[in-house]
Amino acid sequence: MATDAISTFRPDTVSLPLVARLHDWVTTVDHKRLGILYIVYALVFLIIGGIEAAIMRIQLIRPHNNFVSPDVFNRMFTMHGTTMIFFVVMPMLFGFANYLIPLMIGARDMAFPRLNAFSFWLTAFGGILLYFSFLGANGLYGAGNAPDVGWFAYAPLTSRTFSLGHSTDFWTFSLLVSGFGSIGTAINIIATVFCLRCPGMTLARMPLFAWLNLVMAVLVILAVSPLSAAQIMLAVDRYLGGHFFDTQAGGSAVIWMHFFWIFGHPEVYVLVIPAFAFVSEIVPVFSRKAIFGYPVMVAATVCIAFISMSVWAHHMFTVGMSANVNTFFVLSTMAIAVPTGIKIFNWLATMWGGKIHFKTPMLFCIGFLFQFLIAGLTGIMLSAAPFTWHLGNSYFVVAHFHYVIVGGILFATFGAFYYWFPKMSGKKYHEPLGKLHFWLFIIGFHLTFDFMHIPGLLGMPRRIYTYEPGRGWDTLNLIATIGVFFQAAAILVFVANLLWSYFHGDTAGSDPWDAWTLEWSISSPPPVYNFATIPEVRSRRPLWDRKHPEDPDWKYE
Amino acid sequence: MRITGFSNRRARLAVPALVLLCVPVTALADPTGGSLSPTNIFAPVSTPAHSIFGLSLFVLAVTAAIFAIVFSLLVYCVLKFGKPTADDGREPPQVYGSNQVELAWTVIPVLVVVVLFLATARVLVGIQTAAQPRNAIQVIAIGHQFWWEYRYPGLKVVTANELHVPVSDPADPSPTFITLLSADTDHSFWVPRLGGKTDLIPNHPNSMWFDPQQTGLYLGQCAQYCGTQHAKMLLRVYVQSRQDFDHWVAQQSQPAQTSTTVSEGQRIFETTACINCHAVTGTVAEGRFGPDLTHLMSRETIASGVAPNTPENLRLWIQNPAAIKPASKMPAMGLSDHQLDAVTAYLTTLQ
Repeated sequence: MATDAISTFRPDTVSLPLVARLHDWVTTVDHKRLGILYIVYALVFLIIGGIEAAIMRIQLIRPHNNFVSPDVFNRMFTMHGTTMIFFVVMPMLFGFANYLIPLMIGARDMAFPRLNAFSFWLTAFGGILLYFSFLGANGLYGAGNAPDVGWFAYAPLTSRTFSLGHSTDFWTFSLLVSGFGSIGTAINIIATVFCLRCPGMTLARMPLFAWLNLVMAVLVILAVSPLSAAQIMLAVDRYLGGHFFDTQAGGSAVIWMHFFWIFGHPEVYVLVIPAFAFVSEIVPVFSRKAIFGYPVMVAATVCIAFISMSVWAHHMFTVGMSANVNTFFVLSTMAIAVPTGIKIFNWLATMWGGKIHFKTPMLFCIGFLFQFLIAGLTGIMLSAAPFTWHLGNSYFVVAHFHYVIVGGILFATFGAFYYWFPKMSGKKYHEPLGKLHFWLFIIGFHLTFDFMHIPGLLGMPRRIYTYEPGRGWDTLNLIATIGVFFQAAAILVFVANLLWSYFHGDTAGSDPWDAWTLEWSISSPPPVYNFATIPEVRSRRPLWDRKHPEDPDWKYE
Repeated sequence: MRITGFSNRRARLAVPALVLLCVPVTALADPTGGSLSPTNIFAPVSTPAHSIFGLSLFVLAVTAAIFAIVFSLLVYCVLKFGKPTADDGREPPQVYGSNQVELAWTVIPVLVVVVLFLATARVLVGIQTAAQPRNAIQVIAIGHQFWWEYRYPGLKVVTANELHVPVSDPADPSPTFITLLSADTDHSFWVPRLGGKTDLIPNHPNSMWFDPQQTGLYLGQCAQYCGTQHAKMLLRVYVQSRQDFDHWVAQQSQPAQTSTTVSEGQRIFETTACINCHAVTGTVAEGRFGPDLTHLMSRETIASGVAPNTPENLRLWIQNPAAIKPASKMPAMGLSDHQLDAVTAYLTTLQ
């Protein structure tokens, strides 16, 4: 076909000199290249953040260990949390959204390609600024130090009285800068989804991936804005004589908590909704069935986003709010379990009666379902405020949110990596290595995070660089640390697989999974302009319609 | 669908799946004895801790039931609908949804949430709005980087790091009501066997209460990151019989007993920077930044529960605090060996 000839035509970039190719990457406004930049950037920080986690786990391998000093430990958990949230998971998800949304909705690029590039470079600069603190946080004295105030940086620990030097400023400004980048990308996603859908693609026919990322983008704008405001207020406190959070001059430490968590809780959904989006694309394809209850999935997502704006103070059950306020946040937090449960049931119903292919992406999605179920249930425990008077700020909470972020989001993201790797690279990944990655990672994950719940129940608070013997915590911490080595090995296998497959993998072809969304209708990797002719769709699964003209979806929708 | 035995691949999936099931269940079914850990939240000894424990068991039971149901569905899906080895190559029937089914798995969770919410609200309001009986003990706890100050208004007692409270007789309760303040950053008071944690936040007074029903020593530690040495800000609560507690109060409310045999140590103490931070009632030492030392030797530990209160540890603490607790606010005093011995001798007389 003529379109195939066009879509396989590619300018021979390989023959360009290295400098020219790098220049192309730095100056690109192509959504696919920016998507890959986001993803590679996030992978680099994933490894840095992972090393920080490993340092903490080695320190906690036994009581009264002296692997690192208290200062170093405190910097590690601050940098680990900040890095993983802002410079790993968010850029990773933005990368996939950037790469895939235009392809899925039949567009040639994002709505604002230059804003897209600007947003990426802001985020990239934010991450580099944060890590520059290791060198420059003491200004001209040469020896730097990283922030050590914790990733939620409770006042007044961030005031100049308690945080000397500039480490807190690096934290503040790196999040401010990358926050602007996030808002830019969110605006871009919203504009793209609303304005650039191909003919026939109504909102009700849009792939769930696009729907969920649209909801995520709205949440980014709502959540990151108060965080940016709070960062500016903190900078005003530190340098312009403000007293917003300065408790020694009538300021309020509690106001910072409200500002932070009205960002922080929607942020959890900013991170997890794109993971839902991956699962909602991968599970149907590998179960060979349409997603079960598409309108309900959309409604549940919007519902989650709406409720997520009113649950933030469940992070503050121990702060001493009144019984009425606590009761409200118990109710709102428990309510969010309902739409979340609906999603899990719908994924299971999608698998029900299908023909499940256990390829690596599907294995990661099954892992996601299992771990996200447990994370949701420990979340329900934590929503019972009196229970959280114990569990809050204990290792139980640490285990819970790592179940969400690693067991849920990261598993789904690994699934997405394997699922779309053939599209992005044009090569097939190595399936046995992918499965080895899955099994190593799931063993390591459960060793570390299952056993991490129990010290919390036995009274171990988080953020302690060492602990007393004789409290029943020793063996559990040892096991949790052993799990880290399995996870590290899994990540090595993953990176090796990506590199090996990129250079030596088999050619993937345009549609290796026999899938149904538009990105699989064009060559792998897609041409710069994506679609030679803009497609027209009549249902949610345009490629199903094309492959099954005798039984197309549009007859039933 | 045929269920004539699992293929090898399915069997290989089933074993790890069952192993994975056991792990979280073991974690949740944590034994409730106090022998497992002195800080076990499932070994309550006060009314609020007991009512939280009851709620916890209820929530655990409900979530375990949900887990069992949903996990079984997941395992069933994976085992039953895994692609058969002899596949006809055709796509399975396409099902797009079902309003009845969706309604069912919306309404049932809503009902579960209502039940959980009511159970939680009952415990929450019960603990937070408990009335204060007339013979309640009043304590003001002040969090400092990185130690605890305790003041008993009305009893004229000021002490540090080791809280003494009377046991509460259920027939005639004498609970302890604690006002929580902070001198610097955020802290959190958490003694798991006595109750949940409540934060100490500067410029934001909080309160909590418990009515311990067994004498003994209860441990805990600061549960809100408060700076470099957050890890070694340990809590010790001594629950005593009423008689022992009254005796302790009588002893603590006395001014310091000074002896002429240690007057050299006292002179060094009172003419160096020690008194900028430490108080010894009845002497010129009136500092408030560090722990009150009037009855130092009545305490079993120093440095907020970090080290036993022995003369050797005291001497080391004055000489080089970082050896016991790095980054504590206690400075190394730079005293000579002779001065160290003298000051230690003086401190050990502060019974």
